[in-house]
Amino acid sequence: MAKEEHDIIVCRCEDVTLGEIRKAIREGATTLDEVKRITRAGMGPCQGRTCRLLVAGEIARYLGKPVSEILQSRYRPPVKPVKMGDLSVISEEGENSGCKCREEVTGQ
Amino acid sequence: MKTSADAVVIGGGVTGSSIAYNLMKHGMKHVVLCEKDTFASGSTGRCGAGVREQWGSEGNIRICKASIDIFEKLQEELKYDYDMEFVQKGYLMMAYTEKEWEQFKENVEVQHRLGVNAVICTPGEAKQIVPALNTEGMYGATYNSRDGHANPFHTTRAYLKAFERLGGQVNCFTEVTGIEESSGRITKVKTDKGDISTPVAVNAAGPWAAPVAAMVGLELPLYTERHQILVTEPVGHLFDPMLMSFSLGIYCQQTPHGSLVMGIGDPNEPKGYDTGHSWQFLKRMSDIMCRLVPALEGVRVVRQWSGLYTITPDAHPILGTVPGIDGYYQAVGFSGHGFMLAPIVGQVISEMILGKELSIDISDLDLGRFERGDLRVEPSVV
Repeated sequence: MAKEEHDIIVCRCEDVTLGEIRKAIREGATTLDEVKRITRAGMGPCQGRTCRLLVAGEIARYLGKPVSEILQSRYRPPVKPVKMGDLSVISEEGENSGCKCREEVTGQ
Repeated sequence: MKTSADAVVIGGGVTGSSIAYNLMKHGMKHVVLCEKDTFASGSTGRCGAGVREQWGSEGNIRICKASIDIFEKLQEELKYDYDMEFVQKGYLMMAYTEKEWEQFKENVEVQHRLGVNAVICTPGEAKQIVPALNTEGMYGATYNSRDGHANPFHTTRAYLKAFERLGGQVNCFTEVTGIEESSGRITKVKTDKGDISTPVAVNAAGPWAAPVAAMVGLELPLYTERHQILVTEPVGHLFDPMLMSFSLGIYCQQTPHGSLVMGIGDPNEPKGYDTGHSWQFLKRMSDIMCRLVPALEGVRVVRQWSGLYTITPDAHPILGTVPGIDGYYQAVGFSGHGFMLAPIVGQVISEMILGKELSIDISDLDLGRFERGDLRVEPSVV
């Protein structure tokens, strides 16, 4: 692994380096899901908002294909991390029944 | 892609990968694995990946014990350069009804007879094992330190990498479209990338096992059902064992990474192939888990998803041959606990294919049991 590859963090949530991404690709990963399953890139709190394009770019370059042809992984809820304590106070009708962290959730 | 093989394994989940590896390990020369998506993309990569000996039926205890024997040496055997994250920090099985508690105590008697060292815990003793636990309403628990969990992606990939090193061929994004027979013998597996002549076809297709079996005219008594699951952000150490309760329908583990993975069964879940997700699941899961482990209130859910259980009438897998179709083998219908069985199932199915002596008797898990009315009974399933 080249030194610079080892120094460059691609997935900031999970501290995955460019070297680790490239190793997974060299070993046969051709999709974002495969790289994610091998390295954890994109599994952190931001869900790949920062790294997924970078990883797709690396796969595309290695395979000599346009980025648009690289199979994307699915976006999964809840999109933004939510505390379990807040989820448990939602009522069955889907309304927030006096959540103690409401201000935090809505930013008010 | 090879156009002929000694065996074609259908399915790149942990079961198919284990079977394929074991076939090469035991001396087969040309084995091809076909997977319609990528490795661990079906049920394997979506599961909780728990491994336990704490079962109620003798059959399940024996087979899971044999599987854990293999798990303990698997990282070394497969010479895998990533961590499979197999940890043995136990399962704490918690009883919240009197009936469940009585059942657990009976289970432990059977387990002891078969050499499983599970212990019966009072709520106070359970709290010593998991200090973060709120034991209110708990009748008691059982704990077995040899149980644990692993990383399902890396376990599957470890098998596939070892399989490839032995000369096996993995074809991802290759969908099996048909299986041909001639005079009751398997002759060919057809895929969207070409045909493979082979005398052996192994159905390890997980949720798609029934459609694959239909390719040889076989109707399997299986249905699929969505089970939802979530993962949290990584946090500091909260507890060691997998927490499980059948009456609450939950399981929850903290991975070596620090994140918590948990799921809950839904008795009203319809049959089918839906792998969507609902906020109602997040709500129910959070309700129960925040009550059990109050420290979870401040822990954030990062991601939710779901996977499919492939369920048989007795919640036990269907393993082995089918009379009248020579060369067809199946390892299907694991009913939500396929991951933990994969090491031993891979070994025994490959022994069966190669005509070797079987390391464990699986004759009572054949397809014929449903016609014979000889159903297995297991009292401890989520």
